[in-house]
Amino acid sequence: MQDLQSLTEQALELVEQADGLAALDQVRVDYLGKKGQLTALLKSLGKLSAEERPAAGARINEAKQQVQEKINARRDQLEQAAIDAKLAEETIDVTLPGRGEEQGNAHPVTRTMRRIEELFVRLGFSVEEGPEIEDDYHNFEALNIPAHHPARAMHDTFYIDPSTVLRTHTSPVQIRTMEKAAPPIRIICPGRVYRCDSDVTHSPMFHQVEGLVVDKGVSFAHLKGCVDQFLKAFFEADVPVRFRPSYFPFTEPSAEVDIQCTGCGGEGCRVCSGTGWLEVMGCGMVHPNVFTACDIDSETYSGFAFGMGVERLAMLRYGVNDLRLFFDNDLRFLKQF
Amino acid sequence: MKFSNSWLREWVNPQLTAQELADQITMAGLEVDGVEKVAGEFSGVVVGEILACEQHPDADKLRVCKVAGHPDGEMQVVCGAPNARAGIKIPFALVGAVLPGDFKIKKAKLRGVESFGMLCAQTELELGEDSGGIWELPDDAPTGKALREYLQLDDETIEVDLTPNRSDCLGIAGIAREVGVLNRCPVQGPEIAPVAAQIDDSLPVSLHAGDACPRYVGRVIRNIDINAQPPLWMQERLRRSGLRSIDPVVDVTNYVLLELGQPMHAFDLQKLSGRIKVRLAEQGEQLTLLDGQEVKLQAGTLLIADEQKPLAMAGVMGGKDSAVTGSTSDIFLESAFFNPLAIAGKARSYGLHTDSSHRFERGVDYRLQEKAVERATQLLLEIVGGEPGPVHLRELSELMPAERHITLRRARVEKGLGVALADDEIVDILTRLGLEKIDQSAEGWTFLVPSFRFDIAIEADLLEELARVYGYNRIPSESFTAALDIVPQPEREISHESLDQTLLARGYNEAITFSFIDRESAVLFDPQSEPVALQNPISADLAVMRTSLVPGLSKALQYNLNRQQSRVRLFESGLRFVPGGDDVTELRQEPMLAGLVYGSRFDENWTGGKDVVDFYDIKADVEALLAHYVAGEGAEDEFRFVAGQHPALHPGQCAKILRGDVEIGVVGALHPQLQKRLDLPKSAFVFELSLEALGQARLPAFRPLSKFPEVRRDLALLIDADVPAASLVETAVEAAGETLTDLKIFDVYQGKGIDFNRKSVAMGLTFQHSSRTLNDDEINAAVDAVVRQLEQKYNASLR
Repeated sequence: MQDLQSLTEQALELVEQADGLAALDQVRVDYLGKKGQLTALLKSLGKLSAEERPAAGARINEAKQQVQEKINARRDQLEQAAIDAKLAEETIDVTLPGRGEEQGNAHPVTRTMRRIEELFVRLGFSVEEGPEIEDDYHNFEALNIPAHHPARAMHDTFYIDPSTVLRTHTSPVQIRTMEKAAPPIRIICPGRVYRCDSDVTHSPMFHQVEGLVVDKGVSFAHLKGCVDQFLKAFFEADVPVRFRPSYFPFTEPSAEVDIQCTGCGGEGCRVCSGTGWLEVMGCGMVHPNVFTACDIDSETYSGFAFGMGVERLAMLRYGVNDLRLFFDNDLRFLKQF
Repeated sequence: MKFSNSWLREWVNPQLTAQELADQITMAGLEVDGVEKVAGEFSGVVVGEILACEQHPDADKLRVCKVAGHPDGEMQVVCGAPNARAGIKIPFALVGAVLPGDFKIKKAKLRGVESFGMLCAQTELELGEDSGGIWELPDDAPTGKALREYLQLDDETIEVDLTPNRSDCLGIAGIAREVGVLNRCPVQGPEIAPVAAQIDDSLPVSLHAGDACPRYVGRVIRNIDINAQPPLWMQERLRRSGLRSIDPVVDVTNYVLLELGQPMHAFDLQKLSGRIKVRLAEQGEQLTLLDGQEVKLQAGTLLIADEQKPLAMAGVMGGKDSAVTGSTSDIFLESAFFNPLAIAGKARSYGLHTDSSHRFERGVDYRLQEKAVERATQLLLEIVGGEPGPVHLRELSELMPAERHITLRRARVEKGLGVALADDEIVDILTRLGLEKIDQSAEGWTFLVPSFRFDIAIEADLLEELARVYGYNRIPSESFTAALDIVPQPEREISHESLDQTLLARGYNEAITFSFIDRESAVLFDPQSEPVALQNPISADLAVMRTSLVPGLSKALQYNLNRQQSRVRLFESGLRFVPGGDDVTELRQEPMLAGLVYGSRFDENWTGGKDVVDFYDIKADVEALLAHYVAGEGAEDEFRFVAGQHPALHPGQCAKILRGDVEIGVVGALHPQLQKRLDLPKSAFVFELSLEALGQARLPAFRPLSKFPEVRRDLALLIDADVPAASLVETAVEAAGETLTDLKIFDVYQGKGIDFNRKSVAMGLTFQHSSRTLNDDEINAAVDAVVRQLEQKYNASLR
């Protein structure tokens, strides 16, 4: 039985040395296979006496099992190493940029307009649009701006013909809405508007969002509440808001709305021309003549309207310092939003 | 409107600084644009008197003056001004004085002669525009007095940007009234007593256009001294209000305009013949205006004329021929009321805008005329002397503006403003504003509107006055309440936003280009239509309304290429303006969505792929947009791309997009000629879709899923190269029958090994039955049918 021990030691040694699954398998075949050396020992049991046989058999089986276990362990080890090697080989540089199309960006004016719309839509306002080439009636007359009214000079109107204009504000959409719908009305009118004026602070085309609420019992205090809440929500800041009497032919009373300068917090700076305040909106109570033009009884209903320049709000919100950038469509600008 | 703070303070003087006052009136609706010091910062300047003046021994242009005014006595000053001479009073900057710009005056030696101080021009003190010589002060200026004190320079100019409704504040009197109301303090103007006539002369006036001019006041003043010097205080007030001193008569009329708000005009009496006729112009009448401009008058322009000729454009500008000149001795003063409607727009139609037209078109107090004439007479007599005739008033009372009475209901105040005001406060505010309470009832009050408030006509106007004076910011802020109705959300309407999102996710950036473009581009991209033109464009670049969004995007592409951007993907949504012939009402304003791609398919990346975009890239983008409209498999056939022609697009790479039979847009490569014209190195691809024509989306409609296996068969066919894939697919689908569930073209080959006018198309057909497994015979039969049909129809052969 001297053979058993040396064979076993030999086998274990070879298992230990096997450097691949093939070599390991060869060891198995050589020692444990049908013609393997340890298996051969079993065949020699016949030469032993009946008394010796069980014990010897057991020893051989034990040796075989020992080798088999060693082989299994070695196999697991080799397999794991193979997996590890493969994983190592498959390792990539995860810091390289991904493949495929990059995300584009909405125009800052659209982004701002959508933000304004969303704040009001959640309040039950609907979004209304209208033509940009307007007739004189909807752009002026129905808004209590008769021909030769000095307020027309404030508008620097582009004319297509004497009675057709590029709308100077989105207010005609309010008229068109009131003509076809009965109160209560809550609408928001975003869109392009046009004024015949072009310099550093004026663009011949820009965007407005106007709002209109018509219902029973709507007061100036409600207008103030709505505008105040809107501005605080838009700027996400508890920014002081003030109302100054102003004049729009289609509202009475009318107000300009200022917010405390976002640049300096009211101290006075270049952004607010040292006043500490920024003009951001116009608003007022709908003028009875406007209601009359739309066949709405101003004794029963009242309403308020407000309007704001989208570019102006976008400039304040995102710190854009030049109005003209909005319409150059420079990708280096557009990709910032 | 610009005015001097100290002038206002003569009328009303609340305990407020100039800035506080400016803030206060701003918050009451008279927006102050600026508060500025009336003079530059300087000190150490006194009224000096040149006692003697001699030529400098060594300099032709310099003079050596002996000047009085320094507390220590006579000083020697070297001066280069051409008008330096003995006997005149001038601003004298003493040694130690500091002039604007921090310029310190020191003892100096000029060409060997010592000089102690400096004699100043207006510009050197920032007190005027005259830099031609030293400033000659009036003879009665007190020598030695500090100039700031003498000229009352510690004053501010306040500029208000008045809204068009507040014509009543286009004069000191009106501003003072507002300030009085806001501070509840008394307002006191100068005393204006009627000036008794010294002669009987008057000029007859006839009003031939009573609607336009129902009230005209005139007065003759004879023997004036036109060469008298207007007083310095008056010149200073004019200057502080932004007006230059011209001559004593013009200065006085301007002064009254600024003080009371009544524009006036003075004619040279000698140049008038017969009588004053206020009438409408006949077409083509000629008039040379004060500024030298010759105008051909439009019929209907209101004129001041005499028996023979037009004299002045009423309320806008006087005429040159009848103007007061240096030789005038007799004048005729006009103070009239012109109806705003008669003046509005007139000045502008002649390209004019004057202080007078600005006031008349907004409304001038129609009871102010006599007072203004008396005030002007009073001032004129003080300055230029003369003998006034009687004030002559012509009025057509039946054509005068009607008195306005407004009833204010107490309940309406609270309802409209959201705050209740005490009765006393309501009446007090309105009364101070010049309204007169003429009646009272349980519900409220009736007020008479003063003749200077053209903007007050209805109850809402009174609410505004109350709110304004009470203070907008004292009115509470409240949340409004409303009935909460669910707003319809039509699911089949695809929002612009979701289309935008699709394009953004595909790497497009949103552009916003002008709706007006240059005519040349418009025609280049769309030669068939005549774009709608603006009558008054800003420039030729922005002259016609776009009929397509593509020119704007192309321009944005150029802009970016010029800034080293080599890959551009842009989209825009907005209206296009499709002319409908001569009638502008036939014009269609169509919402469009357009895109443009240019450069490499993907942004430069380490993964390589430097391929440039082609037609199929942009087509995929369009298909992604269309997918919003055709939910569910098998619905793609609703949209078709057919080869088409478009003047701006490549004739071989252009598809019209149809939904059913409606054309909804176009996609393709820019025409190579256009590409060259735009100087684009590579092809640009564009699409443009009509959002209206796109219509509504299809609602998803569920179809049960088959539990049975699907079978795929691939076919490779040779067909003529010009047969469109869509036709093959259409025929194949029809021939294969209902069990065909999918058909994909997975390869198209043209070239080596194939007849040059043939192409190989490989398609994969997927079959599946909803309720059983298909057997080979069925599938073979379907495939055979497909092949047969393609053979017959398109001369196809299996490869």
